[in-house]
Amino acid sequence: MSDKYLGQPLVRKEDPRLLRGDGRYLDDLGHDALAAAFVRSPVAHARILDIDVSDALDVDGLVAVYTHEDLPDRIAEPLPLLIPHPDLTHPRTPHCLANGEVNHVGEAVVMVVATDRYLAEDAAERIVVTYEQLPPVVGIGAARAAERLVHEDVPGNVAARSVQVNGKGDAHQAIAAAPHRLTLDLEIERSASMPMEGKGVLARWDADDKTLRVHSSTQTSTSVRLAVAAKLGLPPDRVEVVTPDVGGGFGVKIVHPWPEEILVPWAAMTLGRDVKWAEDRREHFISSAHERGQQQRIEVGFDGSGRLHGLSVEIWHDNGAYTPYGIIVPIVSSTQLLGPYKVGAYRVEFTSLYTNTVMVTPYRGAGRPQGVFAMERTMDAIAEYLGLDRLAVREANLIQPEEMPYDQGLVFQDGRPLIYDSGDYPKMLRMIRELVGWDGFEAEREAAAAEGRRIGIGVAAYVEGTGMGPYEGAHVKVETTGEVVVSAGLTTQGQGHYTTLAQIAADQLGVAVADVTVVTGDTRRFKYAVGTFASRAIVTSGNAVAVAAGKVAEKAKRVAAAALGGGVEPGELELVDGLVRHRDDHTVSIDLRTVAVLSNPLRYAFDEAAKAATQFASVSSSGEEPGLEATGYYMPERSTFAAGAHGVVVETDPETADIRILRYCVVHDCGVVVNPRIVEGQVHGGVAQGVGGALYERIVYDEAGQLVNASYMDFLIPFATEVPQITTAHMVTASGLNPLGLKGAGEAGVIPTSAAIASAIEDAERLTIRRMPISPSELYELRKGRVHA
Amino acid sequence: MKPPPVVYHGPDTVAEAVRLLAEHGAEAKVLAGGQSLVPMLNMRLTAPARLVDVNRLDELAYVRTDLHGVRVGALARHADVERATHAFEAIPLLRQAVRTVAHPTIRNRGTTVGSLVHADPCGEMPAVLALLDGEVTLRSERDGERIVAARDFFVGPMESACREDEIAVEAYFPRPRGRTGSDWREVSRRNGDYALCGVGTLVRVDEVGAVVGATAVYIAMGPVPQVVDVTEAVAGADIASGVAWAAAGQIAADRLEPEDDIHAGADYRRHLARVLTARSLQAAYEAVAP
Repeated sequence: MSDKYLGQPLVRKEDPRLLRGDGRYLDDLGHDALAAAFVRSPVAHARILDIDVSDALDVDGLVAVYTHEDLPDRIAEPLPLLIPHPDLTHPRTPHCLANGEVNHVGEAVVMVVATDRYLAEDAAERIVVTYEQLPPVVGIGAARAAERLVHEDVPGNVAARSVQVNGKGDAHQAIAAAPHRLTLDLEIERSASMPMEGKGVLARWDADDKTLRVHSSTQTSTSVRLAVAAKLGLPPDRVEVVTPDVGGGFGVKIVHPWPEEILVPWAAMTLGRDVKWAEDRREHFISSAHERGQQQRIEVGFDGSGRLHGLSVEIWHDNGAYTPYGIIVPIVSSTQLLGPYKVGAYRVEFTSLYTNTVMVTPYRGAGRPQGVFAMERTMDAIAEYLGLDRLAVREANLIQPEEMPYDQGLVFQDGRPLIYDSGDYPKMLRMIRELVGWDGFEAEREAAAAEGRRIGIGVAAYVEGTGMGPYEGAHVKVETTGEVVVSAGLTTQGQGHYTTLAQIAADQLGVAVADVTVVTGDTRRFKYAVGTFASRAIVTSGNAVAVAAGKVAEKAKRVAAAALGGGVEPGELELVDGLVRHRDDHTVSIDLRTVAVLSNPLRYAFDEAAKAATQFASVSSSGEEPGLEATGYYMPERSTFAAGAHGVVVETDPETADIRILRYCVVHDCGVVVNPRIVEGQVHGGVAQGVGGALYERIVYDEAGQLVNASYMDFLIPFATEVPQITTAHMVTASGLNPLGLKGAGEAGVIPTSAAIASAIEDAERLTIRRMPISPSELYELRKGRVHA
Repeated sequence: MKPPPVVYHGPDTVAEAVRLLAEHGAEAKVLAGGQSLVPMLNMRLTAPARLVDVNRLDELAYVRTDLHGVRVGALARHADVERATHAFEAIPLLRQAVRTVAHPTIRNRGTTVGSLVHADPCGEMPAVLALLDGEVTLRSERDGERIVAARDFFVGPMESACREDEIAVEAYFPRPRGRTGSDWREVSRRNGDYALCGVGTLVRVDEVGAVVGATAVYIAMGPVPQVVDVTEAVAGADIASGVAWAAAGQIAADRLEPEDDIHAGADYRRHLARVLTARSLQAAYEAVAP
């Protein structure tokens, strides 16, 4: 292998196609398919008394109407609990169509199938559902108070209560014994993934072949396949799931099977017609998934240098109406909260609570932004209390490079021990100090103040467990044309895998990246995979591609050695520039394309090249199985830990309270970098979402459980004009856990953004921020508090 | 998010359009730029039985400037108003304000007269019409043309004096009298969003540059554009100190009754009105100051 491409900032192979509008997204497919639309609950909590569809039957083009009563056994059952956990004592999952009760606005009640989506919506509008409203539980406060229950049989609205300690002593005792103590009450509001393309499903039943083909805009085609097969009672071998181009996922599309992923294929089988459902934006707001909403109470004990002796954290996590994805988000919050720090004795307890709102599942960052917010607010509070520099307090608590691997003494979201494999956190903070101009900032502040301007600086650091198991796989094949086809089992939603995975394969096979084609998310091509989420793709799939391509390279050497003859040993050969050649004598070589031809001994010559592989050709057989191809898997032992630090300078208008980001800096360590351009793009996108979460985005429910800003007009995703220029610096501490030394990069940018921006606003304003996001109007109100205090 | 069934009419002349409205007005909506109507249709927030599309009425696609002011036809896009140099030279406020209407792609399609009829209390152009004391020409089969002054045209939130059987064919923005400076500014959550508070101002000075009159208009601060005369605070006042501008801001803030919504509290909006008024008046004054 070579490392010609690894680390190169290649432009993305996929972009010309996507930027020219040549992408094929779910709704670009199946023009002749029937269309599904749903009657969704307009109320947050109710019993369904009656469903009257009679008025809809007059709509021309109506094909079918389904309610829960129409569903066969397996489909009528609640959807699966995807990630069980012993602490999740009261899991609840939704039905495909509501079974007598609705628990949030947007829950699907009736499915309508018509000849097009317009008519399906016309029919849906005419269906009258009679509800007996029940008192809704909205917000963490109401859920904790438990005066009303979301699920009658779930006492206290508590889905799960979980405690972890790090085995470094009793946290409460350590806090009590510490020279100084602080308590912080924090809150983070709801946001959501909001991919530009919503979910969508297209299903085709082949009655002759008895096969079902499902296209879904998902982050996991292989798992959707198994779920659909199980629910529909089909052998998995009769079900194919294909992801077309996917217009973003950000976590929400890892949840599966969505009701629509079961109902649409079932309708296609039942009706014998292609059926499609393309989610619209309002549906996405009210019936997909949200994240982030938490309350936190932090007690911390520390000494005069700011060093932590003990930390106790209580988290109240709003999980919405259902828990199909288990308690992954609060587990991640409570473990990744620790960041790059040694906190002394640690105890964390979370309570995961039901509310009559859309369910909560991972959104990019997946609980980490909340955890980092808790830790970094605490660091700033300690610095303020002691009158110390905020970076100095952080530095006093850092895990040192020589302490790696560092066992945090907790169990991570993959069920494995939370052991940081590598990292250099002191260097990371030194780099962010320099990059953001920390040391010169007081002069900058004074200069701004002289002009009547108010500026502040903030910083936040994080550690992110990435590349978790159980595994990923890939198939690599060299065609006789010289084209290399990499079939990765996982899906892609725009991360640049067609480029990065090609770089890895090209290096293994000594070919040009241009000659490598990557396909993803198609179970016809590759059946065993987990999915693209949790910053795991490049670690797991990247290494799997390297394994598979490495096997192909070894096979190519064996076939080439037999073809070259003359006593050449496979071990003396190397793959370079499309050739298999002798490493010492480059005149001894054979074209990789020829090796591909020879790898498939032929009876019949159907073109010029194929002649060489036929029986009367002079080349001796290598005795290998046919095909210059191989399958490879990578199964990580546990997660590998990336890290980073963000520094930000903000300006706040002394009069209008407008908040502007002047400078945004990122130091980022994701181990060995396959493609720095793509990593930077990932970081930029993450920071953009982080800025959204810090200053703009919030999901707003009213007391009745109505989602009042379910559109892009009122749910404020930052535009290009709101996203700052981002300065990025990479550092590399290679992972020792995988052959390529990689760590994940997908979520990084979003993780510390709210914490860093809160820190900067606090610094500019000299007031206390305990809750994010923050708007100018809220900053104005906070200022009033300061004036009156 | 698909609109309900609707009968589409695409008249080629204004006469045909008003005839269609005479016949179907009660169940019809006029479609111009469609930047508000089409999303409302898609979300099924409105369900007219018929649409009368005026996009073929090329005779109404004009922005004309004369000695008295600027006349904007019903099919002139916001972008046409923005780009018309003659209109800017006659009334700088037009361009100052229209540039803050949403984003360029929306301005390319949305019409100025359409936004007047839509009468969104957050809309910039209704406020400009109100501040300039302009008027709207309405045409119907029954009454022919009638002219309604801005103060009578904006009846309530999303409600104008344009009847079901009428088409608003033209808006007239008169030139401000004398030496008058203008300014438009707003605070919005994101670039191009509806303003949390927007203010437009006119400051008139005499031959020696003394302030003789000042008015301000506000969007997002009440059910219709709110015009406030702040002359008492600034006429003959000591301008240099800025105290007069601040006093004017206080007068306006006291008069306005904004409401809370998810983006901003009422107190904050009132505070913005105070701050923006002072800043805006000063900028308007500086445009004509000696």
